[in-house]
Amino acid sequence: MTLDEFVKAFAAEFDDTPAEQFTPATKYRELDEWGSLVALSIISMVDDEMDKRVTGADLRNCTTIEDLYHLVESK
Amino acid sequence: MSMNNAIFSLEGKTILVTGASSGIGKATAIECSKMGANVFLSARNKERLEQTLSEMAPGNHCIITADMTNLEDIQKLAEEVSVLDGIALIAGINDKMIIKKIDDEYVSKMLSTNLSGPAMLVKSLLKDKKIAKQASIVFMSSVSAFYPSVSNAMYAASKAAVNQFAKVLALEVLPLKARVNCIQPAFVETEMIHKYSEETLSEIRSNYPLGRFARPEEIAYAVIYYMSDASQMVTGTSLVIDGGYTIH
Ligand SMILES: NC(=O)c1ccc[n+]([C@@H]2O[C@H](COP(=O)([O-])OP(=O)(O)OC[C@H]3O[C@@H](n4cnc5c(N)ncnc54)[C@H](OP(=O)(O)O)[C@@H]3O)[C@@H](O)[C@H]2O)c1
Repeated sequence: MTLDEFVKAFAAEFDDTPAEQFTPATKYRELDEWGSLVALSIISMVDDEMDKRVTGADLRNCTTIEDLYHLVESK
Repeated sequence: MSMNNAIFSLEGKTILVTGASSGIGKATAIECSKMGANVFLSARNKERLEQTLSEMAPGNHCIITADMTNLEDIQKLAEEVSVLDGIALIAGINDKMIIKKIDDEYVSKMLSTNLSGPAMLVKSLLKDKKIAKQASIVFMSSVSAFYPSVSNAMYAASKAAVNQFAKVLALEVLPLKARVNCIQPAFVETEMIHKYSEETLSEIRSNYPLGRFARPEEIAYAVIYYMSDASQMVTGTSLVIDGGYTIH
């Protein structure tokens, strides 16, 4: 999955935040909609679409979507 | 009748315990054996069942492997056991998934393990006349049945269904003077909860009024109560064991 595709997939897990708002540099934990429910969605999206496991701690340790993308890719 | 400790004895009773290879079922098999019961231990994993057996008090115990999602296994289990004074339906799974991610396979695995399996086992035991007069049947439900949490939908649904199944069963086994009850634990220290990180667990634990999760034995003690003659007037009930978690 490319970074662009990852950003799209990441955005798709949000129900209220418009997809245009997401870029690789988005600090996702600062978004209003961010919370444990979206976090679970992201964990499950990464599992389904990339066959990689990220944890709640991983999500807390990254800042931007790009950080997370590189972390996932390195797994 | 005078009150004495013997009222909680399971001496001379034959009890089937499903899920006896791990956690609450394992503790139940062990504690029931200490109270004098002869136990049929069931689950899929034979080695882990043998481990449980090695920790039990001596008695006329017997291992029968069975997969609760496999109807043939369930029927074979019902055929192989002798007439039962007690049935503790403890085997179960809890795999968390938010609703927008669930699929057919996930839903049917959860419902077949937690609901249809135990239901079909009871049906087979009834059909084979393996449930003794005045027998006691206990289902391991969960506080999830009335206390929802995110990503727990199918599990909560399966356990809520178990509670209602148990009540209808309580009505239908009245001719046998048999009793049917549920136990609803919150978190218990077993493999089931160790999918969570230690960080998450200690956060949840800190919200437990009594400051900790139950040990598997503490659920087994309630099974002993329901299996014993101490609970002869108790049927159609459910006992919450949650350290005060759902107090509000
Ligand atoms: N731990 C908790 O926090 C908690 C809270 C509330 C309710 N409960 C309930 O308590 C029960 C026992 O849970 P536990 O915490 O002791 O979990 P556990 O340690 O994971 O044990 C689960 C047991 O179920 C058996 N099992 C699973 N799938 C099976 C299948 N398809 N066929 C036959 N046996 C199967 C397992 O045996 P094999 O793998 O050998 O087959 C094992 O013996 C469950 O019904 C659970 O929902 C647990």
